Amino acid sequence: MDTREKDIENLKDYKYGFTTDIENIKAPKGLNENVIKFISNIKKEPKWMLDFRLKAFERFKLLKEPNWQKPKYPKIDYQDLYYYSAPKSMKDKPKSLDELDPKLLETYNKLGIPLQEQARLNGIAVDAVFDSVSVATTFKGELTKHGIIFCSMSEAIQKHPDLVKKYLGTVIPTTDHFFATLNSAVFTDGSFVYIPEGVKCPMELSTYFRINASETGQFERTLIIADKGSYVSYLEGCTAPMRDENQLHAANVELIALDDAEIKYSTVQNWYPGDENGKGGIYNFVTKRGLCKGKNSKISWTQVETGSAITWKYPSCILKGDNSIGEFYSIAITNNHQKADTGTKMIHLGKNTKSKIISKGISAGFSDMTYRGLVDINSKAKNSSNYTQCDSLLMGNKCGAHTVPYIKNKNFDSNVAHEATTSKISEEQLHYCQQRGLNPEEAVGLIVNGFCKEVLQQLPMEFAVEAQKLVGISLEGSVG
Amino acid sequence: MKEQLKIDFNKIQEVSNFSNRDIEIKKSYLNKFIENGFPNRKQENWKFLDINQIISNNISDLSFYNDYSIENKIDSSIFIDDLEHNKIIFINGRIEKIDFSYEDKKQIEIIEDFNIIDKSENNNSLIDLNIALSNKHFKILIKKDYSLKKPLIIYHLTNEKMKSKNINLRLDFELEQNSSLKLIDFFSDDSEKNFMNIFYNFNLDRDAILKNYKIDKSLNKNLKYSFNNINQKQNSISETFVFSAGSDYFKNEINCKLKGEYSSAFINGIFSLDDNKQHEIRTTINHLVENTKSYQLIKSVLGKNTKSAYQGRIYVDSKAQKTDGYQLSKAILLDETSEFNAKPELEIYADDVKCSHGSASGSLDDNSIFYLMSRGLNYKQAKGLLINGFLLDVIEKITDAEIKDLLKKMIGLKK
Repeated sequence: MDTREKDIENLKDYKYGFTTDIENIKAPKGLNENVIKFISNIKKEPKWMLDFRLKAFERFKLLKEPNWQKPKYPKIDYQDLYYYSAPKSMKDKPKSLDELDPKLLETYNKLGIPLQEQARLNGIAVDAVFDSVSVATTFKGELTKHGIIFCSMSEAIQKHPDLVKKYLGTVIPTTDHFFATLNSAVFTDGSFVYIPEGVKCPMELSTYFRINASETGQFERTLIIADKGSYVSYLEGCTAPMRDENQLHAANVELIALDDAEIKYSTVQNWYPGDENGKGGIYNFVTKRGLCKGKNSKISWTQVETGSAITWKYPSCILKGDNSIGEFYSIAITNNHQKADTGTKMIHLGKNTKSKIISKGISAGFSDMTYRGLVDINSKAKNSSNYTQCDSLLMGNKCGAHTVPYIKNKNFDSNVAHEATTSKISEEQLHYCQQRGLNPEEAVGLIVNGFCKEVLQQLPMEFAVEAQKLVGISLEGSVG
Repeated sequence: MKEQLKIDFNKIQEVSNFSNRDIEIKKSYLNKFIENGFPNRKQENWKFLDINQIISNNISDLSFYNDYSIENKIDSSIFIDDLEHNKIIFINGRIEKIDFSYEDKKQIEIIEDFNIIDKSENNNSLIDLNIALSNKHFKILIKKDYSLKKPLIIYHLTNEKMKSKNINLRLDFELEQNSSLKLIDFFSDDSEKNFMNIFYNFNLDRDAILKNYKIDKSLNKNLKYSFNNINQKQNSISETFVFSAGSDYFKNEINCKLKGEYSSAFINGIFSLDDNKQHEIRTTINHLVENTKSYQLIKSVLGKNTKSAYQGRIYVDSKAQKTDGYQLSKAILLDETSEFNAKPELEIYADDVKCSHGSASGSLDDNSIFYLMSRGLNYKQAKGLLINGFLLDVIEKITDAEIKDLLKKMIGLKK
């Protein structure tokens, strides 16, 4: 075996597969009112927050788990999960990074995010979420100067109850679908961002999620509010330790853009996808929804999905304000036994609203990929337009690629255009690259990167590099 | 409804002379239908237009029994004169005439006794209803190497005697090796508020060619559902064209199974709707073996209070390498109350394929109208010319020159 092959061999194994041994506080197993009260209590939440949770839980009891999605999974026993766990050292909140549990810091170092270093060099404020509770929030000073609030959800509930009360649950109400409602009842922590009127956030805000404690469903809740005329770019990246049993992850992300505001939300998702035989891996059932509430507002989703055993999510935009814009750029890669059912929804309600969907799906091995999207133009959404392009690339005949777009046009002033293609990498392209001295894997990597370029371009610099690497790593071993 | 169904079912069995085996089969389908009822929007297939709701809004006291003892008078003025053709005439669902006078009688066989079980396994309760309640079914067999000299036109006529009835029709077609059939379904109604349920089953052997044109042009207030199940062997070709305009509700479902290599399926459709009409085309093309091809083009022109839906599904099996599949749907919305829905779906399990779909909808292009008006046309003429060109595109896909001209004339499209 030459060094190159060894390298590939190393890369194939999950890079971030390790766990940190920290004693956890756990809520008792199971889902009931007491567990919700326990969560609320341990987080010292005000009464209105508890009421919000209980209301959601009441609703949750009436709901049935949906099963229309393409990838099927074994039944989840919701009574057999822990709904809360936190690193113990969190009880007395640390004041600075030095006070952090050294083991925790080590974990971040392994992941390649030395908080201070990275923060300083890249100008990114890092709000690292270890399991369910935010541990450290850096660069607060710089942000505070601009009046930007960037903190954990629990902190926001304590310190900025007015804002949370005003906006939480306005995009994803407590009466939404099964997983979203479950999240509303039991969410543990997440990020909260508020950009005041007229402020352009001077840096990319970033959160690294990490799933740790075994058998813990992860229920993050993120709320981003961009007030009039403001701008923010938010990055979300995920890595998770190697694990044998499936883990449920049902986060809720709410974005609200007021008049003339813009939110850019980027995700690189690389959770543990299970081993080569499809054993283990994360279930990623996330609800992401953005509301363009004000005039001339804009929300843009960019996602690179390479991990998880099952990815099932549709980051959506509700274009309520006149002249608002929604965008969705996505790369989804599935290999081995991974399954993905992802896409977007663009709901046009306001006049002159525009949306654009670019989706690139690549499936290899025994995997299965579905693009499912909805473009709904309401009868009041005069002069609106949508452009959708979804391309799929297949590698091998054991995998599947599916496209299920729903198009509803109720307005005669509006234009909707949809295009989709499915193909494999053409022999000519491969031949051309190999002729010029690339080996087959490099050639495929190059072609795939070209295929994804439109989406990769949308990512902020820091992410683009990582994402490009991820695209390569995810497809290792699928050629030939 | 349940009681009514059972009573009507027994009545039909009394007057028809089915074998015991058939009655048993029919009973099982009836029970299946009673269990499931009319399909509704909860089923994915019926998401856009809910037949259960449409029937209950439009037809009160739907009855399932039709008295076929009395012969109906055939009004020959309805016949298409411009084209010499063979005829099958249904009036109010009763077969009045089968006329293959242009053909060699030895080459065509009409079989009344055959296995009526639906093998397409499509889980469709309207097909269950059809098999349970159709009062007569026969199969038309076209023998090896025989091509029909003239097209066959099936007239689906109704008169004012019929109201609040459900008609179920079933025809099977067996095209033996290297045979060919041109089939036109022509709908003309003088009745209103009825529900027609038509089920065709086609089996195409090697090298067989089927061309089926469905023309629903005359304005009427009936609800119609038509299901074409087409099984295709090696090298066979099927071409389906739907002109969907006249009825209040019309759903055409076409299900093609490309089971033999080098077989191909073409589906073209036009919705030209006005005044509260709701029409749908749903296609499923199953590419099951290598080197098969399918092409679909659906265009809609939608007027006041209308709704059209196109659900197209291309399924490519993992064995079906080198598949070529294409779907395109376009719609022009003329009024603020019109609505277009599409769900072009690709489900692909093979990697060496070329599949794509496109969908576009919007209003008439202002620039084009301006261009034409600046050349001296008035607004109405300009609009007409643009729509004409838009629809002509679909008609031009028809491969039979004679029928193409007939359709152009019938629809009123200029070259």
